[in-house]
Amino acid sequence: MSDIKKIKNEFLHKLNADLDIESINQIKSELFGKKGKISNSFKILGSLPTEERKKFASDLNFVKNELQEKINKKIQEIEVKEINSKLENEKVDVTLPERNIVQGKIHPVSQVIDEISSIFSEIGFSVEEGPDIENEHYNFTALNTPDNHPARDMHDTFYLDDKKELLLRTHTSPVQVRTMLKGKPPFKIIAPGRTYRSDSDQTHAPMFHQVEGLHIDKNINMGHLKGCLNYFIKSFFEVDKIKMRFRPSHFPFTEPSAEVDIGYELKDSKIVIGEGDKWLEILGCGMVHPNVLKNVKINPDKYQGYAFGIGIDRLAMLKYGINDLRAFFETDYRWLNHFGFDPLDVPSNYRGLSR
Amino acid sequence: MKFTIGWLKEHLHTKFKDNQIIQKLTDIGLEVESFEKVSSDLDNFKVAKIINVEQHPNADKLKICDVDIGEQNTVKVVCGAPNAKKGLLTVYAGPGSVIPKNNMKLTVSKIRGVTSYGMLCSELELNLSDGGDGITELKSKKYFDKVGKNFFKNNTEKVIDLSITPNRPDCLGVRGVARDLAAAGVGKLKNISNMKIKISGPQKIKVSIIKDKNQGCTIFGSCLIKDVTNKESPKWLKDKIISLGQKPISAIVDITNYVMLDLNRPLHAYDSDKIDKEIIVRNSEKGETFEALDNKVYKLDNDMCVISDKSGVLGLGGIIGGKRSGTEFNTKNILLESAYFLPRSIRKTSKLLNIDTDAKFRFERGIDPQSIQIGLNKAAQLIAKICGGKVSKFDVQSISNVKKNKIKFKISLFEKIAGFKIKNKEVIKILIDLGFKVSKKKSELELTIPTWRPDITQPIDIVEEIVRIKGFNNIEILEPQKYRIKDTLNEQQKLFHFLQRSVASKGYFETVTWSFTDSKINNLFKENYKEIKIVNPISSDLDVLRNSIFSNLTFYLKKNLDRDFKDISLFEIGPIFKDKKPGEQLTVIGAIKSGKISRLNWNEENRPVDVFDAKKDAIQTLLEAGYDRQNLFIREKSPSYYHPGKSGSVYLDKDDIDPVAYFGEIHPNIIKKIDINTEALVGFEIYLDYLKDKKLKLKDSKSKFQFSDYQKSDRDFAFVVDKNFKAQDLIEIISSIDQSLIKSVKIFDVYEGENIPKDKKSIALNVTIQSSEKTLEESDLEKINKLIVSTVETRSGAKIRS
Repeated sequence: MSDIKKIKNEFLHKLNADLDIESINQIKSELFGKKGKISNSFKILGSLPTEERKKFASDLNFVKNELQEKINKKIQEIEVKEINSKLENEKVDVTLPERNIVQGKIHPVSQVIDEISSIFSEIGFSVEEGPDIENEHYNFTALNTPDNHPARDMHDTFYLDDKKELLLRTHTSPVQVRTMLKGKPPFKIIAPGRTYRSDSDQTHAPMFHQVEGLHIDKNINMGHLKGCLNYFIKSFFEVDKIKMRFRPSHFPFTEPSAEVDIGYELKDSKIVIGEGDKWLEILGCGMVHPNVLKNVKINPDKYQGYAFGIGIDRLAMLKYGINDLRAFFETDYRWLNHFGFDPLDVPSNYRGLSR
Repeated sequence: MKFTIGWLKEHLHTKFKDNQIIQKLTDIGLEVESFEKVSSDLDNFKVAKIINVEQHPNADKLKICDVDIGEQNTVKVVCGAPNAKKGLLTVYAGPGSVIPKNNMKLTVSKIRGVTSYGMLCSELELNLSDGGDGITELKSKKYFDKVGKNFFKNNTEKVIDLSITPNRPDCLGVRGVARDLAAAGVGKLKNISNMKIKISGPQKIKVSIIKDKNQGCTIFGSCLIKDVTNKESPKWLKDKIISLGQKPISAIVDITNYVMLDLNRPLHAYDSDKIDKEIIVRNSEKGETFEALDNKVYKLDNDMCVISDKSGVLGLGGIIGGKRSGTEFNTKNILLESAYFLPRSIRKTSKLLNIDTDAKFRFERGIDPQSIQIGLNKAAQLIAKICGGKVSKFDVQSISNVKKNKIKFKISLFEKIAGFKIKNKEVIKILIDLGFKVSKKKSELELTIPTWRPDITQPIDIVEEIVRIKGFNNIEILEPQKYRIKDTLNEQQKLFHFLQRSVASKGYFETVTWSFTDSKINNLFKENYKEIKIVNPISSDLDVLRNSIFSNLTFYLKKNLDRDFKDISLFEIGPIFKDKKPGEQLTVIGAIKSGKISRLNWNEENRPVDVFDAKKDAIQTLLEAGYDRQNLFIREKSPSYYHPGKSGSVYLDKDDIDPVAYFGEIHPNIIKKIDINTEALVGFEIYLDYLKDKKLKLKDSKSKFQFSDYQKSDRDFAFVVDKNFKAQDLIEIISSIDQSLIKSVKIFDVYEGENIPKDKKSIALNVTIQSSEKTLEESDLEKINKLIVSTVETRSGAKIRS
């Protein structure tokens, strides 16, 4: 009896010392080895009287487990210590740069086209496209701008043949004509794309982007036009209020026609949309001219509606504070990096238009 | 279209303030571009203060003055005046000023070796007094706080500059603008003062309009004014002309210009002594020439409308007069022309001859055919008054009558289009004020269109008139209607947007470049496409439409390399052109990558970009868009601008004819030709049009999810094959041996060199074998191993490497 206790105390004492793994193994074999003290104690079990045997066995097992546990714990402690001391030598400077990050960019024009598409998608418009090369019929004549009309002079046109039949489209309006010719009303489309005019200075580029809008149905009037543009401009500039002014103007393919200005003010030389008493022209619009509808075989007594054309580059400049139109097309890596958007930043109506 | 408020008020009774008039003009569609004073030569004379005076080093009598002219820096002026002294307030004239006394124009000049910027002026030079020594001395009490301000007050009136849309020729005259303002409630239009002129005798020069085919002139009115004294215009007229930024010429010319600007009635004055017998209005014959008032000689084609006499062409009707019959200061007798020319004829002729004049601008938009007499009357009156002379009767020849156009207008159309109501009474008032004759029949108006409004031909034009005069602010904002007719994007557009962002996500910067390019660079990339020249390019290095996106990309890559960027990834998605008919274009992604991977990286080895970087980006983009790698097929074929040995093409399917993509290193010759300086340059192109409709919707294309939990086994093989044997074929041979067992084939080494024959290479592969029915036993694996070896050997001529 007391032997077991003695063993227990002796070894617990031993194990409380600061030990290395070898000394623990030594202790282990002293206890549980072939001739170990615990092993030996089990050997005498058989020689004990039956009435003591049970108690002895139980006490011995208890001590055995206690010591075993103590040893395991001790070993674990040492292992943890060893790993910890090893880790100290494995320290790296985590302030060193990470592995290379490649981050591409989406051009502001593309981003803004996606923003515009997202806004108009919300009110049921679909996207149509048309060719960059047009013939003069689709670009002018079908749009109520016959050859002898001075309005043709409003567009400096790039021609591809001497007869002036083939040209680079000067606006996205020919997409209206193409869309209406191949389908049946109602129509509710926007048509973003490249447009071209042989005009080049600080504020004009020979290529720029427009988005055309067209809504034709049985009773679409100027109130709807105003409502649509009001909704669009507010959504695009992400403001609650907008100051908008319709100025009568003239386009051969719409009547009545208007140019639309939005109110702004300069705060710290940055343009703030929606306030102030300055006006900025941002788009042209109007009710589609009956002649245009007739040209695409639609009865203007039955159907009517509005069309508009917005300069995309101009919108991008206003929204994102870009000063120079020409820079859009000059592929300066620094500019693309500065004004470009992350490819995962996809404008959408549920996630928000812009970050 | 320019005029002053004062001039406007000659036609308009109004109590409106200037800024209210300006606002109203814009509101009714006559856009005000500016409203400001025309700058005057006298604006150059500033109040100035002498800050310091030094002796001129090379001249006893000259001084160098430091002068404060109200700007950030003072200017140095050399001055000989004895009274120039420190602190003096005087008048400074900058370079470019014209001295009133002697009309001398100042320049920056060196006076005895010292540069003088402008001049300090004496009262004599400024026409302020007749004499006196030295420069003007200004009283400091009055002028101490005026340094930098204009010395002379600008007395010219502010000028309104309107941008008139092409449909409104009537507003190219002040009276037309006044009429519109009156209709919009700004005031009342004054009647034209039709002062009677003393008429003496008939117009003796015979005028005839020949009835040629497509005769461009239908009415020709004229009168003779005899014994005039042409001279400088009186001050009021000169001021009017100057206020518009034009130069007065002579009374007769200024008067005709004045009447044109006032009534939008172009006139022409001939020296009648230079007319050979009679006036004949006819079509020109090819080869006829004449010298115009712009001193150019024009060679005419057939059928241009000319005013001629017995000796030949005098002028192009409605466009420009001729030198031969022009008026001069010594002109004694004049013939005044007031005619009507058809817009189409004017436009055609002026386009062909490339002439742009104020008269042409007006006639091509449409002049009031009924303004012939009014114009003659007003001009003749003024000429008689200013230059004297006797005015003949007016002679009016015409070959067709002026039609009074009428239209019927249903008042309900207004609300249908504009979306708001307006009282019938108000509609009628607006139309009458605009010059319409109105008769009402129930809900319909019968309107006689004023002859000065050639733009109005149908009911919608009337709607526009009413809505613009009533004001666009009356249109109420209706909530957008959300109903949808079609999906926002079609499949092709979705693909466009997806691929665009997919490529960008691989580290490429998206750019947008012109659709045109330099033919010299384009030639390097155009392959078999037609060169499409632009007839009127903005510059000779942007002379063709692009046949490839690479021409602009490489051009701008070079620019960025020159900015000292090295590792550049650029792409553009947009059109390239196959030929010049509408629709003969393709939508293409072009991407290029230069320099190195992991340049200046502390933990990764750097290496130049290579063909497999381009291939990876191209293939990954296709995979992300939903195309199956298993089906993609690579061929060596690629356009000539790629490196012939390090490039290839990608097909969606082995049997496809059109590749959907190319990838590779750019041909070294091209890099040299464009003079691109980089370690390596690779690129890829994806043709969206060939990707079209290859794809099922995801919901229809997902197969059943099947997998096996039985044990996988990997086996490695190394085959020695012919050097030009394709890895793709080897993988294909092995994969197709038993698709139910062979799950993947991976190439992990390609080796040429020692121990391998010169014309051979060794390809090492790892094959994963797994059954979906059982755990394979050693014997099963052995069987498939043998089958792989034997099949590869027989089908490819390869030998397993022992």
